[in-house]
Order: sequence, then structure tokens, then C-alpha cells
Amino acid sequence: MTELLWLIPALPLASATLLIFCGRMLGPRWVALLGVGSVGASAVCVLLTVLQWQGQPLQRELWTWMQVGELSAGVSFYVDGLTLVMLSVITGVGFLIHLYSAEFMAGDDSYARYFAYLNLFVTAMLVLVMADNLLLLYFGWEGVGACSYLLIGFWHFDAANGAAARKAFVVTRVGDAAMALGLFLLFTEFGTLDIQALGAAAGERWEIGNPTAVLATALLLGGAVGKSAQLPLHTWLPDAMAGPTPVSALIHAATMVTAGVYLIARTHELFLLAPPTLAAVAVIGVLTLLLAAFTALCQNDIKRILAWSTISQIGYMFLGLGVGAWAASVFHLMTHAFFKALLFLAAGAIIHCLHHEHDIRNMGGLRSRLPMVFLSFLIGAAALAALPLTSGFFSKDLIVLAAFDAPGFGRWLWLGAILGAFLTALYSFRLVFVVFFGRANTLPDRQPGAAMAMPLAVLCVFAFAGGWIGIPVQAVFPVTGDGHPPLWVEAVSIGLPLLGVALAYALFLGRQFKADGLVSSTPGQAAYRFWHHGWRVDTLYEWLWVKPFLGLATLLKSEPVDRLYAAVVSLCRVLNTAFSATQTGRLRQYATVMAAGAVVLLGIVWRAAG
Amino acid sequence: MVYLLAILFLGGGLAWFSERVNPQAPRWVALGVIGFALLYFTVAVARLPVEQFSPLPSAQQPDTWLAHFKLDWIPRFGISFELAMDGLSLILVALTLLLGLIALSASWSEIEERTGFFQANLLWSLTGVVGVFVALDLFLFFVFYEVMLVPMYLLIAIWGHEDRAYAAMKFFLFTQLSGLLMLVSILALAYQHAGLAGSYSFSYFDLLGTPLDGTVGFWVMLGFFLAFTVKLPGFPFHTWLPDAHTQAPTAGSVLLAGILLKTGAYGLLRFAVPLFPQAAAEFAPVAMALGAAGILYGAVLAFAQNDFKRLVAYSSVSHMGFVLLGIYAWNSLALQGAIMQMVAHGLSTAALFMTAGALQQRMHTRDMSRMGGLWLNAPRMGACTLLFTMASLGLPGLANFVAEFLVLLGLFQAAPLMAVIAALGLVTGAIYSLIMLQRSFQGPGDASRQLPDYGNRELITMLVMVALLVWLGIHPQPLLELAQPTVDSLLLEASG
Repeated sequence: MTELLWLIPALPLASATLLIFCGRMLGPRWVALLGVGSVGASAVCVLLTVLQWQGQPLQRELWTWMQVGELSAGVSFYVDGLTLVMLSVITGVGFLIHLYSAEFMAGDDSYARYFAYLNLFVTAMLVLVMADNLLLLYFGWEGVGACSYLLIGFWHFDAANGAAARKAFVVTRVGDAAMALGLFLLFTEFGTLDIQALGAAAGERWEIGNPTAVLATALLLGGAVGKSAQLPLHTWLPDAMAGPTPVSALIHAATMVTAGVYLIARTHELFLLAPPTLAAVAVIGVLTLLLAAFTALCQNDIKRILAWSTISQIGYMFLGLGVGAWAASVFHLMTHAFFKALLFLAAGAIIHCLHHEHDIRNMGGLRSRLPMVFLSFLIGAAALAALPLTSGFFSKDLIVLAAFDAPGFGRWLWLGAILGAFLTALYSFRLVFVVFFGRANTLPDRQPGAAMAMPLAVLCVFAFAGGWIGIPVQAVFPVTGDGHPPLWVEAVSIGLPLLGVALAYALFLGRQFKADGLVSSTPGQAAYRFWHHGWRVDTLYEWLWVKPFLGLATLLKSEPVDRLYAAVVSLCRVLNTAFSATQTGRLRQYATVMAAGAVVLLGIVWRAAG
Repeated sequence: MVYLLAILFLGGGLAWFSERVNPQAPRWVALGVIGFALLYFTVAVARLPVEQFSPLPSAQQPDTWLAHFKLDWIPRFGISFELAMDGLSLILVALTLLLGLIALSASWSEIEERTGFFQANLLWSLTGVVGVFVALDLFLFFVFYEVMLVPMYLLIAIWGHEDRAYAAMKFFLFTQLSGLLMLVSILALAYQHAGLAGSYSFSYFDLLGTPLDGTVGFWVMLGFFLAFTVKLPGFPFHTWLPDAHTQAPTAGSVLLAGILLKTGAYGLLRFAVPLFPQAAAEFAPVAMALGAAGILYGAVLAFAQNDFKRLVAYSSVSHMGFVLLGIYAWNSLALQGAIMQMVAHGLSTAALFMTAGALQQRMHTRDMSRMGGLWLNAPRMGACTLLFTMASLGLPGLANFVAEFLVLLGLFQAAPLMAVIAALGLVTGAIYSLIMLQRSFQGPGDASRQLPDYGNRELITMLVMVALLVWLGIHPQPLLELAQPTVDSLLLEASG
């Protein structure tokens, strides 16, 4: 099977290339067949690999990419249990979303361009997770960033979409620059970028808590928070919802944004040597998950709510990584991919059937009109809220319990995590109750077709039952102690989400309590606005970065350096005028100057001689 | 090599005269000449013994020279017509000929007046550049350095845009003054050498290793450094570039950005450092600081521009900052990166200038506030520009990434702080590149605008550059191996 590994990324790449060059000549039917089929074929390859997998990591070098001095990086793959989980998610969920797109995007002028970008994205993402060295991983890392840029700005004729796309690219690039520096540092220390070799060498050379290890992992963490939209680089993700909804499902929920989690999991051997960084990962995770949960509660755009909830759920994954629950984080990554893709696709179906309506206040009562979508959304929301038996419950529970067991300030992390779980249940069921119950404000003008319904159905199964899938990562990560937290802890983590659902019911459906009064009071209003604008982080960055940069650009636009040269030119001109003025044509003046010059010259000779 | 120079030089004359036969003829003559030169070059390279390409690190002094030619010229002063070619020269000569073809394609429908003289200048300029890349006698080097300058001045002054006289004069003065500095330095070096060896020589091989005491060495080195940094252009000597680029005809910009700037980088690499290893090593922090400043300064100014061509010109300042950093970091990785950046920047920037030229020809403006949404009118153009934009911001998979990554990696080992500052260039590069794309090809469009898409000639030209950028981006190894012997011997010379 090792021989065929290259096919997994090559198939979507070939399809993308074909679509770029011949997309116009092919009809939409062929475009869809090529775009969807290539990812499907890739998924089949992954499935075959999984079935034949013996438990040993597979390795394959295709060609040498760069070899200069000590640096030797190949286009080479390393596939172990962790990679297989990622591969399955990317190609599996990816295939379903491609299929969904075939209907969702039908009739768009740039149908071929869309599938070309989407295939290219899948290629880059596959390279990212299969890379055996950090340089190739960086290739995929930047590649998915570029595709994300292209797809957020897919409808680039609207300038706002272009701005959102640029914001996403530039903000993540800040993280990427940090990550690149991390690569340089690791290379300078160990002379290799091979991930396995780095892990082994670092384990030998660095003791736990080595400052260089802390610095290197902190730089890698910079890349991870950028890509995974965590504090402080999370601001791009809500705006990224400007892209088509299947894109949000694939890139900004299921796959690309989890790349940061993958990076940390993949280099966990380095992170284990740097406890301070690991603690920072956990703290960033908790802070982000709380910030994003509060913000999600105060949004009205259905896609933005889901976007903030994605940020929040990745916060849980970071928390898991930070407390050493590696497998649980990867598990949550997988279940999150299922239920969040499901939620986004269901949201896309609503938007598709409701004339591009995004505001949940204009929806309502869709339960009976879009029953299939309702069921999907309900399962997705239940899994997101981590209600018992759903996939999200199993994975999130593991993380929350691991946080409880974590030494040091683990209890505080746990407190944040369960508060977040409560809020998650509250905002996800607010969404369910407002959109699907109550009075119908807008009527759907069509029903989702087969190509949209099928992916929803499959994802429903996985989002519900995905918690029973065992992921083969035992060999990848160190074994963590299986502590048994007290029963009340279990009870709290099961009970709080249910409480959240109940409160959502009381507030938004049963109307036992009215939230309106609270919101319209002065402090309530202020808090609502503050949270609605994502804790004003954007405003802060506007003042901190954007305005100074624009100011600098305006200041330098006139090219101050050139003034220096202009001054030389002016000086020449002035001297020219001055000397021209001496040329008067008056003999008397010339004679005087000549005589004076002669006297001065004689004087000099006199002194020199004397 | 001699034949190569002769072909280009005489071809220029032929193109000039062919105009009398038919105003269309010079293009075809120029096409024939460059095509023939490229063919001749390829055949000649192919016939070189294969083992010389192998990057085997041989014992002490690796013989890195693939070809060598020497003829006495002014024996009294030890001046000879000495040419030699190693991997580095070979790469740059190939780039020169290729971009010559590209520039020809750019001028194909743009230049309608005095076509003969135009093509003659184009070819003569190419002659000068090829000469610079292979001349190994410093006096001869200086001659070629001047030879490429005059035709370029004429190209800007005669066929340039509205403000051409000012721009051409500025270009001429900057480069001429810097050339003068170089001449003085060459003479000083040769004189010093003569004092020790007893006879004059301008040969690179003789002058290498000439011991210079601290102060003299520093000033002579500074002369070389300034001469080449003006050409590169390094901050703060870059101000001629935006004007020259903006006003030059497209073919002129392609040549200027693609290869003329590279002569500055080549000069630093071949002469300014190896001839004065001691002084250069002491000077390196200053040079690197200038490089890093150039990256950021160029990027901010690129972002501030409204003029498409000016933006690309400032992006060149930013990109060439990486070359300066790479050269003065002076280790294998960084030098390879700098060489790669010379090639990658040559291709990607030439392509962006061609885009600017194509837009100007169609829209009669370079002002981006009058563009926007052009993808709607010209999707092929948009797709190509998108790719070149990605190349310009250093996306992995394209040649520029390989270059920037190697430079930064090497730089990090030599001067970590500089690498941190330069890495900011990754962010600023994204900012100006994407804003350029947004303001020209994206945004709200106007379907009624008359903007013909690329025809076959332009599309093929662009696709050649796309193919090269992608190829060098995912499989740069052949180029790296070609340049490795040169890099090794440069490092060896500078260390001993």
C-alpha cells in the first residue's frame, strides 16, 4: 500500500489542474464529476490503506525537495495512526462536502473555479498531514492558507469578501511567520526538520523545561493559534464566513482550522519538554473557549454563531493538548469535524432554501417545512452541546475530565471548561429553538435535493454515533494515567449541558423567563454589544496595528529618502546660479577678482616657502 | 561564450539595419538572434563534460569553472579579454537569454516606432549583461557594466512613458556614479596588487587574495559595495528604481527587474565579498541591516502606491533585500537562497511588469484606482496574475518560497535577530501583494469594459514563466546542484 500513498494527494491535484486549464470547456456535469470523483477516489485509497494497515508507520519518499548543506527535506510521507485519522476525516468529510457543493453551487458562473480551488485545498491539506518533515508540512500549511484565501474571497466581486479573505490570510501569516522562525530555530539546534528525528533528538538533548525548547515550541504555538483561530489571532475566522457555506464547513470547521491541533499533536514530543508552553496551550484554550462561547450567544447570523462555536470547540482541543490528553483532543477533532460539518451543511441548506437568508430572527418554524434539515441540525446541536450518547459527549467529556485531573491549576481549567459546556448548550439550543420552532418568518421556496440530503444523512449517523469509533493513536502518544474522578464531577459534566438546554428552552421557546429585559437594561446592553463585537478585539487591533501601518504608509508615501537626493540636485542648481551670476561680462570686475586671486595665491606660496 | 556575445552584439546591428527593409523585420531578426543564442547556449552547455556538473565536493580547490577563455587585450596593464563560466554564471546567462525572449514578446505589439533601434538596444543591453556575468577580468567587467547601461538609458529615454526624461536621467546618474566608484576601486585594487606582484593584472584569479590592510581594504570594499548596492538596489540607494521602472517601456522593465538588478547581486557575490573577505565580514552587520530595512521599507512603500508598476518596483526593493541578506549571511544555505531569489525574482517580477504593461496597453493607465474587477473582463489575465501574486508573497510550491526560506534559514544561523526582522517581510509581503490583486483584478467589475484577454503570444509567454516558477518551486534541486560548486568555492575563498 505504501506505493500508492502518493495517489491520495495526487488525485485531487490532477483534478484541480485539469479544471484550471480545461474548466471552461467542460460542462458543469463533467466539472462536478471530476471535482467530486477525485476526492471520492482519494477517499477510497485512504480506506484501502486503513484496511491494510498493520499498525506500523508507513513511509515513502517521492523526491528530494531541497538539499543544501545540512538541510535535506524530501517530498516524503509518514503515515501513522494519527495521520490515518486525519486522512479519513479530510477525504471522508471532504468527499461529502464536495458532493453537497455540486448541488449547492450549481448555476454559479465560476463552477469550475470553485471545484479547482476546493480540490487544491484538499491536496494541500493532505500534504500537510502526511508530511514527514516540518518543511513539507509548512508547504501544506501555507497551501491551505492560500486556498482558504481564495475560497473566502470566492465571490470577490463583492469588496467585503475580498477584505475578509485578506484579513484571514494576513492574520494567519503572522502566525506562520512565527512558525517559520520556530522551524529555523529547530533546524539550527538539530540540523534536521524531520519530525520523528527531531522528537528523538530533542528527547536526548533537552531536559524538561529547557529554555530553547520553550522558545521553539512557543513559536510553533504561534503558528497553531493563527491557523486554528485561537487567542490572540482568532479574529479572522468569523469574517471568513464570507465564503460559500460548504467552504465554511470543510475549511473553517472540519479540516483546516484543526491544523494547529494537528501540529501540536504531531510535535507533542517537543511540547512535552516544555511544560510552560504546554500550560500556555491549556490557558489559551480555556480563555478562547469562554470568549467565543459568550460571543456566540450574542450573534444573530447563523453562520457567525457556528463560526464562534468552532473557535470555542477548538479551544477545547487546545485545552486537551495542554493537559496532555492528546488522544482525547484528536478524538474531539474528529467528532467535531462530523458534527460541525453537519451543522454547517444544514445551515447551508437553510440558507439555500431561504433566499440566502442569514439572520436567525428572520427564520423560525422551519421544523415542519424542512424536516430533514431539522433532524440534522438537532443531532448536530446535541453533539455540539455534548448531550449524553452523542459523539461530542464522549470526546468532550474526556477532555474535561483530563482537565480536572491536571496538576497545578487544573481545577480552574476544569471550571472554565464546564462553564463553557453550559454556554455551548445554551447557544446551540437557542439556535435550534429560534430557527426551527415558533412562528415562521420566511418560507422556504425549495427543498434540498439528493446531493445535499445524502451528505446530511451520512453525517447524521457519524455525528450521533461517531463516539464509538476507536481511533488508532495509542502507539503515537504517551499513555496518560487513567484517573477516576469523583462521581460528582461526572455528574456535573453531564448535568450542566442539560441545564443549558433547559435554560435555552425557558428563554427562547417556553418564554418562562424573558431575556429581553436583561438585554435592554443599560449594563445588559453594554455587555451584549461588547460580546456581540467579539470583546472588541477587532477594534483593539485596528488601533494597535492597522492604523499605525496605514499611518506609516501615508507618511512614507512621499519617499523621504529621495528628498536627500533631491537636496543634492537643489544644491547643484543653487551653485549653478551662484556661479553663473559671476559671469557678468564686466571687465573691471574680472580684473579685480583676478588680482585678488593672485594676491591670495602669492600669499599661500609665501607662507609655504617661509 | 565569445560567440554568444558576438551573436548578440552583431544581431543588434543587424536588427537596426533590417528596419530599412521593413519596419516589422527587426522583431523577427531579434527573435531569431535571441533564439539562436539560446539554442547555441543550450547545445554548448549540453556538450560540456557531464561530470563537471556533479556536485562532488572534491579535495581542496574544486575546479568549478566549466569554461574559460583568455585573450590579451592591453598587455601593458595586464588587461585581457578573460571570460569564464561556472554554475552561477550559467544560471544567470540562461536567465538573461530567457528573459530576453520574454522582453521581446512584451515589446512585440507595444513598440511601433523606430523598431530597429529599439531591438538593437535590447540586444546590446543583453550583450552587456551576458558579458557582466562571464567577464573575469575586472577591467572588462567594468566595460560590460557600462555597455549594458547606455542602451537601457536609451530604452527609457526614447520609448518610455510620460516622465521618461527625468527617470532616464536619474537612472543614468545613479548607475554612472556608482560605476565610477567601482572603477576607482578596481584601479586601487589593481595598483595595490601591482605593488606586491610587480606587474599589473586585472584578472579576477590574480586579484583574489590580494592582501589589503584594514583601512585601504575597507574603503576599496566600500567602493564595490556601494556600486553594486545602488544597482541591486539596496536601501537607501533605491530611489532611482521606482522612477526608472515606472517610466520604462515594458520590455525595459522586464530587463531591468529581471536581469540588470541581478548584476548588482552578482557583483556582490563574485567580487565585493570574496576579494575582501576580512573587510566584508566586518561590514556584514551594516549590509544586513540595510537588507532588512529594505525589505520592510520597500514593502510599506509598495503598499502605499496607486501605480501598479510603482508597486511592483517597490516590491523589487523588498525582494532584493533578501538577496542582500543572503549574501552577507555568507553560508551555504543563505547563498543558495540568494541565488535562487535572483532567479525567482527575475521571473515573477518580470511577469508582473508584463501584466502592468499589458494593462497599460489596453487601459492606457497604470492607476489602480481606475481598475478593479478586471477578472470579469479578462479571466486568463486574472488567473496568471493571481499566480504571480502568490509567487511574490512567497507561497510554498513556487520558486520564491524556496529562495526566501533558504535565505532566512541561513540568516538565522548567522544572525538570528536579523532573521526575526526579515521574517516580518513575510507578513508585509502578503499585505502589499494581496492589495495589488484586490485593487486590479478583484472587487466590483464592469462587464461592459473593453479589455481584451491575453492572446496566444502573451498567454504562452506567461505560461512559460508559470511553468518555471512551479518547477523551481517543487523541484529546485537541479538548480541548487548547479550552483553548489560555486557556492562552495566562494565560501572557501572567503575563508582562506
